[in-house]
Amino acid sequence: MPGLSFDNYQRNQFLTNSAGYNAPKATSTGTTIVGCKFKNGVVIAADTRATAGPIVADKNCEKLHRLAPKIWCAGAGTAADTEMVTQLISSNLELHSLSLNREPRVITSLQMLKQHLFKYQGHIGAYLIVAGVDPTGAHLFSIHAHGSTDVGYYLSLGSGSLAAMAVLERDWEPDMTKEQAMNLCAEAIQAGIWNDLGSGSNVDLCVMEVGKNAHLYRNHLTPNVREQKQRSYKFERGTTAILKQSIYNLVDVVEEPIATTGPDAMEVDS
Amino acid sequence: MDAINVDINHLKKGEVSLGTSIMAVTFKDGVILGADSRTTTGTYIANRVTDKLTQIQDKIWCCRSGSAADTQAVADIVKYHLQMYKANNNGKSPSTKIAASIFQELCYNNKDNLSAGIICAGYDEKNGGEVYTIPLGGSLHQHEYAISGSGSVFIYGYCKKNYKPNMTKDETVNFIKTSLSQAIKWDGSSGGVIRMIVLTKSGIERLLFLPDEYVNA
Repeated sequence: MPGLSFDNYQRNQFLTNSAGYNAPKATSTGTTIVGCKFKNGVVIAADTRATAGPIVADKNCEKLHRLAPKIWCAGAGTAADTEMVTQLISSNLELHSLSLNREPRVITSLQMLKQHLFKYQGHIGAYLIVAGVDPTGAHLFSIHAHGSTDVGYYLSLGSGSLAAMAVLERDWEPDMTKEQAMNLCAEAIQAGIWNDLGSGSNVDLCVMEVGKNAHLYRNHLTPNVREQKQRSYKFERGTTAILKQSIYNLVDVVEEPIATTGPDAMEVDS
Repeated sequence: MDAINVDINHLKKGEVSLGTSIMAVTFKDGVILGADSRTTTGTYIANRVTDKLTQIQDKIWCCRSGSAADTQAVADIVKYHLQMYKANNNGKSPSTKIAASIFQELCYNNKDNLSAGIICAGYDEKNGGEVYTIPLGGSLHQHEYAISGSGSVFIYGYCKKNYKPNMTKDETVNFIKTSLSQAIKWDGSSGGVIRMIVLTKSGIERLLFLPDEYVNA
């Protein structure tokens, strides 16, 4: 059944107001995400920390989503919303592409996403950077939860967007090479990782170049590897004393070879 | 009845706002639309190079102010209606008045759920350049020139003094440039670059003015 379900509304109201239970906090991808155009394509990048309030819920989550083989999207905001809205539009985009017998276009995914998000008036908390290559060229867009879209050569979204934008504003230049753009995006995400509490862990990257397949660099940088623990915390065998051991045979095990030839052979399609 | 007391200006929390200074001016050969390029979320500038001048038809454009999401959605719907009009009328282009009328219908009937201030301007052979303004409540007003957005309040006096009917293109460009320069100067929600669209018989021309050029205009 598609759509938002309000079946538990009354129960939840009771629990929070009368029974003293606290509502679970929606996991937010605290997040730093960026996108950057270069000479022959576009690259997007993201950090990998997912937070539930002040707690890190996932130290290595995937914020780069595939809308189509050559159209990828980075998501900030409510983690569930970015994941679901991305999957929905990805599905519809594939059907649309098959129906038209054409490669999917970035502007198509943009229009589908914005019309969906606008319809829900911002209640679906998805803030996305959409990028890709299609027969029309390379494109880079951003979408906000209320349904507004922006175009740009370089963009950043999420709680770490200000830190990332500072890096982009300083170092972006037109007609960069693929490597320059990848480095710029990695640096911008790192600015978020180090300076924003809602962002951390690793850098994921995705390069979409005109005329080539898209390339996902999962954990392109891992500058936050936990140091080797000082000692092993494994308990040695015997730490818990065995007081009694009983073995019960629940079944009788009989070995019977399966005949593949002869009159008793198993019937199979030849 | 709630209607009179409701603050219709209010954007929802976190919604992107086209703070804005926008205007459209008719002149001898047609009409010119102008806008700043700043969109804000609270105090952060979400986009410093926004294009608030949106094409609805070949020579019918609009200036958007208010909620970015609302104005983009409304503009897309008007664009769709005009495409259908053209298809169902044997390729005949709709007039600027028709476009403005569709804007009005959407903005008025959905006034409780929209935060959109739009200036619709266009050129056609028969009527020349025309400017229609559709403020928050969804009323429709035709003028020789119109200003709107949070920055417009600072330039009502300046525009009234300096507007002349039937100016040349250069005079009009200069009028818009100096007006928006002042609006940007005094309004924190406006800034960036000044974009203009010139609509005349000869065609559509896009103009761009960077801060160095307009700040002392």
